[in-house]
Amino acid sequence: MSVKSTAAKPRTPRTGTRGGAKRREGEPELVQLLTPEGERVQHSEYSIDLSPEELRGLYRDMVLTRRFDAEATSLQRQGELGLWASLLGQEAAQIGSGRATRPDDYVFPTYREHGVAWCRGVDPVNLLGMFRGVNHGGWDPNENNFHLYTIVIGSQTLHATGYAMGISKDGADSAVIAYFGDGASSQGDVAEAFTFAAVYNAPVVFFCQNNQWAISEPTEKQSRVPIYQRAAGFGFPGVRVDGNDVLAVLAVTRAALEHARSGQGPMLVEAFTYRMGAHTTSDDPTRYRLDEEREQWEHKDPILRLRSYLEKDGIADEAFFAGVEEESEALGKRVREAVRAMPDPDPMSIFENIYADGHALVDEERAQFAAYQASFADSPEGH
Amino acid sequence: MATMTIAKALNEALRKSLETDPKVVLMGEDIGKLGGVFRITDGLHKDFGEQRVIDTPLAESGIVGTAIGLALRGYRPVVEIQFDGFVFPAYDQIVTQLAKMHARALGKIKLPVVIRIPYGGGIGAVEHHSESPEAYFAHTAGLKVVSPSTPQDAYWMLQQAIDSDDPVIFLEPKRRYWDKGEVDTDGIPAPLHKARTAREGTDLTLAAYGPMVKVCLEAAAAAAEEGRSLEVVDLRSLSPLDFDAVQASVEKTRRLVVVHEAPVQLGMGAEIAARITERCFYHLEAPVLRVGGFHAPYPPARVEEEYLPGLDRVLDAVDRSLAF
Ligand SMILES: Cc1ncc(C[n+]2csc(CCOP(=O)(O)OP(=O)(O)O)c2C)c(N)n1
Repeated sequence: MSVKSTAAKPRTPRTGTRGGAKRREGEPELVQLLTPEGERVQHSEYSIDLSPEELRGLYRDMVLTRRFDAEATSLQRQGELGLWASLLGQEAAQIGSGRATRPDDYVFPTYREHGVAWCRGVDPVNLLGMFRGVNHGGWDPNENNFHLYTIVIGSQTLHATGYAMGISKDGADSAVIAYFGDGASSQGDVAEAFTFAAVYNAPVVFFCQNNQWAISEPTEKQSRVPIYQRAAGFGFPGVRVDGNDVLAVLAVTRAALEHARSGQGPMLVEAFTYRMGAHTTSDDPTRYRLDEEREQWEHKDPILRLRSYLEKDGIADEAFFAGVEEESEALGKRVREAVRAMPDPDPMSIFENIYADGHALVDEERAQFAAYQASFADSPEGH
Repeated sequence: MATMTIAKALNEALRKSLETDPKVVLMGEDIGKLGGVFRITDGLHKDFGEQRVIDTPLAESGIVGTAIGLALRGYRPVVEIQFDGFVFPAYDQIVTQLAKMHARALGKIKLPVVIRIPYGGGIGAVEHHSESPEAYFAHTAGLKVVSPSTPQDAYWMLQQAIDSDDPVIFLEPKRRYWDKGEVDTDGIPAPLHKARTAREGTDLTLAAYGPMVKVCLEAAAAAAEEGRSLEVVDLRSLSPLDFDAVQASVEKTRRLVVVHEAPVQLGMGAEIAARITERCFYHLEAPVLRVGGFHAPYPPARVEEEYLPGLDRVLDAVDRSLAF
């Protein structure tokens, strides 16, 4: 059955010609520096020159991120997490863009940016508290300039824009990057963020991971034009990059951040990629998606792609790959143990950090609740 | 009589409305092929097509705003908001536009829009998936606000809401979606805005709606074992609210405890306490007490059971009321 309501034939993912799949008429090619077969190619506008060590680093980042993600998925299956939003397939989009940021840049993620968090130095264990249900955030955003995850779709794009406006006011030269999905591009907040960013020439990069789906709805249900082209209507540039090509994502995001830092205002990057798994662990993609689609995208796997390049060009040897494998096992183990050891919050924590200044009603309710709890401790049969 | 879950009863009600009135259209995120994240619209897209069951862009303000336009054109849109916490992007459209247009047009236009919201906690969800936003809506004139607590009510109240020429905020107690009960699909349903006595009693009235009705019935059963007779009133409709029914019950029992998940501060309980105190001052043996959420954000899942009013907190309030 067709996923797209209007077409009779199955929907094929749109990607650059090099990916072998069809392009929509009039759509420019996406920026690509590494083919799905792992061949290095050049692009007239975006280039990159990385040391072997940097290239190996990108591979390591992607493998460890995928391993962390897989571990979280199985922890959810084992009942240790209430929910998990997997990034499977989006590693290049996240590592490429995350590694493009400078420490003084500020990142505003959605709820799926585990790879970006990794690049920012956030301990992956911290990402799990919210999904386990022990907190609503779990890290200090200012420690790594990595903001809290945002569940309400699109909200963070405005926060990012405001933060960027603040950077301009301060005369600083850092930039902001705001992540969001193809579905989020429909939200009013995102349109308003584009407006503000353009009007105030804010140093913000809007980074849309177009993973083709917003839960069950294909991108066609959100937009009739490619998402990167929307920027034009707001007066700033947009570019589409092969989101499964970590080199291209790195190059394009670096350029976009530089564009923002150098006072040229916002830019929209659309990373054209694919959500290989379910939307979250509560979702059932078999209801709306064809297996063939996923299979097609598996050929474009971002990790295999970089690996074949590293192998072909002799940039990494077996020992390196084995080492990364070992490291990823260790990460999995550490994460598993750390999650299991994560204590449930103290019920009294419900009353913590509601106000910075304190509040009489909270104090009153806290005292009442403490007395109520204590009344069970006293009762002879207990509770 | 058929036995079905609340989810199934809602699904059947939507099906019935789509069948009987060609102007009824469903709108929402993922309500098509997926059948909604709670599967309330399961099978409807297949049977009625995408002109009747509309998968919308991910934009709540857009969904409600266009539903208003469709209603102006003679349709009866039934909107699904995916989770309680995501109604706020649409809040402006609901409160500033939907609620007021009928009055502004001197009654010449009608806005038969139903906004279905799965609401409340208790399912171990992440942030923004467990909120109880009813007071925001009940505070706004022009909106009707209802919440069923049984499959029977789910089935009929949703059809009645769709039939209503006024905008209705239809709050679905999501943690009760899978509770089963008997549904009489042939009989004559109770009026939409009438409260229901869910259990008769003489010592104290528990007033609740949606997810808390079950908790109150359990509390009444537990209290019965200690020789206390509690009456449980299922309010069903929050705006308008059937104060007459609550008053009648309180005149009989002389005590009232209002229970809801939403924070106590300025919640439905505050309104009920104030009105019932006015109406029943000389009948009351104790102040009206409220049991509800704290003045705190809905907490992470692992402590939600402490936050949500459960049996013990309801019985504690019963004790306090009876001690006066
Ligand atoms: C305002 C709002 N509406 C609805 C939801 C429920 N929801 C969570 S994720 C999602 C789909 C998001 O799709 P997209 O923006 O493409 O991001 P992706 O998850 O695919 O990365 C929806 C509808 C939400 N979180 N917030």
